[in-house]
Amino acid sequence: MKIKKYPNKQDSITIDAKNKTYRELNSEIRTAADQDICHITLQNVLGQRFIADGIKKEGIYLSVFGIAGGDLGVFMDGPIIYVNGNAEHAPGNTMSGGKIIIDGDAGDCVGHSMRGGMIFVKGNAGYRVGIHMKQFKDNYPTIVIGGSAQSFLGEYMAGGIIVILNIDKPSSIGDYIGTGMHGGTIYIAGDVPDYKLGVATVKEEFIDEDRVLVEKLVDEYNAYFNKKVDFDAITFTKIKPISLRPFSNMYTTE
Amino acid sequence: MISNFIPSKYDVHVDPSRCRLCQRCVENCTYDVFRKEEDRIFTFSSNCVVCHRCISFCPADAISINRRIVNYREHPFWNEESREDIYNQANTGKIILGGMGNAKKYPILFDRLVLDACQITNPSIDPLREPMETRTYLGKKPKSLKVEEKDGDISLKTRLAPNLLLETPIMIAHMSYGAVSLNTQLSFAKAASRLGTYMGSGEGGLHSSLYEYKDNIIVQVASGRFGVTPSYLNKCAAIEIKAGQGAKPGIGGHLPGEKVNEDVSKTRMIPVGTDAISPAPHHDIYSIEDLAQLVRALKEATNWEKPVFVKIAAVHNAPAIAAGIARADADGVVVDGFRGGTGAAPKVLRDNVGIPIEAAIASIDKKLREQGIRNEISLIASGGIRNSADVTKAIALGADAVYIGTAALIAMGCRVCGKCYTGLCPWGIATQRDDLVHRLDPIIGAQQVYNLINAWTHELQELMGAAGINSIESLRGNRDRLRGYMLDENLLEVLDVKTIGA
Repeated sequence: MKIKKYPNKQDSITIDAKNKTYRELNSEIRTAADQDICHITLQNVLGQRFIADGIKKEGIYLSVFGIAGGDLGVFMDGPIIYVNGNAEHAPGNTMSGGKIIIDGDAGDCVGHSMRGGMIFVKGNAGYRVGIHMKQFKDNYPTIVIGGSAQSFLGEYMAGGIIVILNIDKPSSIGDYIGTGMHGGTIYIAGDVPDYKLGVATVKEEFIDEDRVLVEKLVDEYNAYFNKKVDFDAITFTKIKPISLRPFSNMYTTE
Repeated sequence: MISNFIPSKYDVHVDPSRCRLCQRCVENCTYDVFRKEEDRIFTFSSNCVVCHRCISFCPADAISINRRIVNYREHPFWNEESREDIYNQANTGKIILGGMGNAKKYPILFDRLVLDACQITNPSIDPLREPMETRTYLGKKPKSLKVEEKDGDISLKTRLAPNLLLETPIMIAHMSYGAVSLNTQLSFAKAASRLGTYMGSGEGGLHSSLYEYKDNIIVQVASGRFGVTPSYLNKCAAIEIKAGQGAKPGIGGHLPGEKVNEDVSKTRMIPVGTDAISPAPHHDIYSIEDLAQLVRALKEATNWEKPVFVKIAAVHNAPAIAAGIARADADGVVVDGFRGGTGAAPKVLRDNVGIPIEAAIASIDKKLREQGIRNEISLIASGGIRNSADVTKAIALGADAVYIGTAALIAMGCRVCGKCYTGLCPWGIATQRDDLVHRLDPIIGAQQVYNLINAWTHELQELMGAAGINSIESLRGNRDRLRGYMLDENLLEVLDVKTIGA
């Protein structure tokens, strides 16, 4: 599933990010988006933050070459971003829709408070992946991490799906998985020892419905990164919240 | 189990000689205090929350509510409250939840500050016949201005940061849709747009019927990020990042699933009936540098056209935090004192954590001035403003503007009964129940809030005039116009005011 096919040449633009501040770079991206240029290539990106911040538009493809800085695609709703490199802190922060595909590793807080769209990371991700993700009706956020993730995965999670494939990294998942979780599902390849689960979470059986859902995501992952992850060879651990209302029984009144 | 019975607090009495059995009390009470049996109204006093709804609607003035005194053995330390809290927690094993603000009898600093007036040597000003400027701008002010002259035309070279224009330095505080009803928010929005001031959206997204008032709305981005979408960020005059709240510093928020109905679910963008949990910190902000990243992300999302404020609870280290906020590209710091209201907070935090707004304003203003960055950021005070004197004193202590929350609710009928978390507010304010929400007419509610802020603004002008000040700019941080009455030396130093007689 390549995203490098465009209707015609005129609809694409290449922006050289070298020596540009994030404000200059974003302003050029916004101008291009406003002009309905559907493929934007960013060359020489070196840690510029907030790429595609708040852009609300379907059908825009951004190819990022280099290292995307913090808050890649923050508040974004619609565009598809392909990063040929790593991404820093919080890609997809509070994003509403669209896709972020990172052909490398990602930092902490991937998909923080994300409420729609998808994030695929080829390699590993840092701490607090998918923290406070939430879903609403058709908005169903999804994160797929090819490698492993550090502690506090899916903390406070209120909806959506996280898939950790643990490729080449068996049992290296962090601690406190899903602490305070009250919605959504986490799927982790391989066994997860009980002590790694956070409070308010429970392991559930991986059933046919999960199989259909996760297999599709694994196929998509394979297509983006030219990988050959064999879904059938993986045993997934499924983690769900114990309750949708973890704090409902904590209080008495004055 | 030994019965830890807590006696009821109030006696509700219906005078049978006056009662016409119209049953308005039965209809209006949401706590099931009244019941008609044959030819009389029976009362269940233990349910009463003293909301006064029944008294307000009784056509015969037949209802009286009195504090019911059940004597405990007198003890100066183990008072009634401490004993009853223990009974409650021994019975339940749970955290005690309370509504409204801090209910402890701390001294009120505002009441120990007095204002100045002119006599003979510097004439006072009559605001009824002379212009009295209350217009306030919130946002960054340039350190210096560069102008360019070309063919006799002078143009400004310095690029000004976006500022909010307020016709009066009084704004309406953030109360989320979910915590309060839509009609409450509509009342605020209508009042704010008529007054030329602003209301806060709270952290609950923005209901579509508020879109037309977007130029008078400050939207909030809190740790739950409920309803935060690109269009939300652009349907506002300014954005406020909520890091803390005076009523419950250091903890997050929690809207119980019962209050998340179809409409609330739509604006918050969460499923019906689930708890809306805002974590204690923003999990993408663990430092001032991270805060700067969120401030800038919000500015990028709105093309640097909107001011971004950061709200913190007034805590011990507030001045240093505010100085950090000023360096994080924010345009305003909102400091919320420990009297700030809330729909629900753990009682132990509500009553014991944080500091009074008076001390926070003075110390933040001082810190920012010492560091030469007071112009970089506006200081907005909230949490514990009861009247126009408090507004005037807050500004004289160094605030640019204030937010009023509880006072604005009281203007619409709130009786400060403190039961907001039940969702049964009989005045249609802190409820989502359809029949109750309709008890609050947004046109009347707006008029009452408008009246209150209008009256306070007139009083502010009177106080300014008496002090010989004709512009709010000259009142701001003008501590010479304040004196401390029965304040100790340390507090006088913190507030930077002299004692009375000096």
